[in-house]
Amino acid sequence: MLDIVLMGLNHKTAPVTLRECLAFSEDETSAALKVFRESPAIREAMLISTCNRVEVLMATSDTPNAADTVKVFFSEFKSLPVSEFEKSLYIHEGDDAVRHVFRVASSLDSMVVGEPQILGQIKAAYQIATSKKTSGVLLNKLLHRTFFVAKRVRSETGIGDHAVSISYAAVELGRKIFGTFEGKKVLLIGAGEMAELAVENLIRNRAGDILLANRTFKNGVELAKRFNGQAIRFEEITGFLEHVDIIISSTGSPDYVVTRDQVKGIIRRRRNRPLFFIDIAVPRDIDPEINRLTNSYVYDIDDLKGIIDENIEDRNREAIKGERIVDEAVISFRHWFESLDVIPTIVELRDKMEDIAKGEIKKTLQTLKHLSDDDHEAITRMTNAMINKILHDPTLLLKSNGHHQNKSVYLDVTRKLFKLDE
Amino acid sequence: MEIFNFIVITFYLLSTLGYFAYLFLQKDVYQQTGFYLLVAGFCCHTAAIGFRFIQSGHFPVNNLNEVLSIAGWTVAGVFLVFQYRFHLKILGVYAAPLVSLVMVIAAKFPNAPGQANNILNNLWLVVHVVAVFIGEASFALACGVGLLYLLQEHAIKSKKHGFFFRRLPSLELLDTTGYACILTGFAMLTFGLITGFVYAKAVWGRFWSWDPKEIWSGITWLLYAALLHQRLTVGWRGRRAAIMAIIGFAIILFTFLGVNFLLQGHHGEFTKL
Repeated sequence: MLDIVLMGLNHKTAPVTLRECLAFSEDETSAALKVFRESPAIREAMLISTCNRVEVLMATSDTPNAADTVKVFFSEFKSLPVSEFEKSLYIHEGDDAVRHVFRVASSLDSMVVGEPQILGQIKAAYQIATSKKTSGVLLNKLLHRTFFVAKRVRSETGIGDHAVSISYAAVELGRKIFGTFEGKKVLLIGAGEMAELAVENLIRNRAGDILLANRTFKNGVELAKRFNGQAIRFEEITGFLEHVDIIISSTGSPDYVVTRDQVKGIIRRRRNRPLFFIDIAVPRDIDPEINRLTNSYVYDIDDLKGIIDENIEDRNREAIKGERIVDEAVISFRHWFESLDVIPTIVELRDKMEDIAKGEIKKTLQTLKHLSDDDHEAITRMTNAMINKILHDPTLLLKSNGHHQNKSVYLDVTRKLFKLDE
Repeated sequence: MEIFNFIVITFYLLSTLGYFAYLFLQKDVYQQTGFYLLVAGFCCHTAAIGFRFIQSGHFPVNNLNEVLSIAGWTVAGVFLVFQYRFHLKILGVYAAPLVSLVMVIAAKFPNAPGQANNILNNLWLVVHVVAVFIGEASFALACGVGLLYLLQEHAIKSKKHGFFFRRLPSLELLDTTGYACILTGFAMLTFGLITGFVYAKAVWGRFWSWDPKEIWSGITWLLYAALLHQRLTVGWRGRRAAIMAIIGFAIILFTFLGVNFLLQGHHGEFTKL
């Protein structure tokens, strides 16, 4: 019996050192699929490889051999003895495999629940499988259903809702203070990946002018080019505090780069407009006392992490709702899967009837040479109508859902009655 | 008549329930329901007041019941306008219960049809009362917005994003809305006071009678004038503005009610028990 089987490893079962050894690029994936297609044990196959997992999804009626084929292939292709990775492999069959696929696509199995990339990665893997023609009836239906479930989980639960990265958290906070970023000026002091990500995010959210201050003016100019902003000298920072609204700081300085007195002096000149400091540096760049001034808000990296932890907890709560949606989808998929047997039988039955009809029509028309073409057509139509009417009730019965338990019995009797298996 | 009031109060209370459901469950449909229930209540309320007006022949501000009813009516009306303009969904959590409370309290007082008093017939009086009440309703909303601002600001400053953080809008929106409420309130109050003076001259022969309500209204007016001045020049916005809005409303409450009960004057007539 053809069934769905999934085998692989992920961030929960294998360390990154192992995962990176078994990672497959797009070309390597195509090569792998080619091998799988040629294996007699594997009917359909798909391979997904991301930084957090490598998994092979298959349709097979011979699980042990299919599993071995994959293991041997991995071992040979990646020059890694099977014993090195065997312990990290998990294998799911039937409903478990379906549930796993749904969960992974809905980002319920990701390192950070609710992350949006995994769905795109699965879609890409499916693309390769269809182009290499290693995906068939089962995987096609499974994947289409998977995309649907993933979409449902994302839209019906809050798992993707709140920021779980520093730059997104900073922007989310900024929005709670400023409402909109339009016209708000941003000052980046220093440099660094997180800080620059935050600036990019702000620009995406329509922030206004970007100013960059760096101890080395040249670096500031470089960054300024990247963000289409203006570089200023480190010493000019105090002067510009009056004009900017959001300050992101990430320098290696052991002392405070912006002190309370600097800010206190310009609050009045800013006419009390709010000032938001995002301090990603350790040791901190922004004097925390500034938070106590009116309309000034300072968030250091611990504060931002605190928000992220809160959000992660929320996501995990929402994940439970997501699991429920996945469970429903698994049951519904199982129903579809079981209905599969019925279709081939009905098709074969009909084919047999039509063959018989064709044979008889040919024989009869040969003896009735005086009939016109129209008459030929009428007879053909009559036989088709007869076949339809005869098969109507049996088809309905076989397709109906009420006889779940006995479905295989009915199918078996049907096949025997009409000798479909010869 | 009683049934009318009962219907109005029911609508307001249901609206309150809708808004509280929104506060806890955060589904937009609750907020919309609360809003439309308030609209329904407001329409019935307007009809009730209009009916009373026609029935008695003069503007219904004869006793505490009627005065509170008009107060509730203006708060509901002003809230609906600001809600339409600023979409501050969560403000309903403050406005709906406030209106309901005012109406429930109003219902506790008897609504004796007052003697047909000629002084109540004047157009200036109607304009004066409506303008002042709209002004005070705006200040009431500004107070509510100020409270929300302080809640949200505390959540952001203390880095503890408790129950309210998600449910409240940005500080900027709260500040802007509060400012708009105060501007409106101040404009209407000024207009109300001026028409009050005109009316006083017409009825009693002088603009100013040193009536306690007049004095306290003057104090209130000066306070909000100062608040606006500071905002425009120095930039008293955000936290300070929110606190001033709350203090201002406390003084309004005194001017509106306290004066009538605690001090003697010609405004006392309107809040006879």
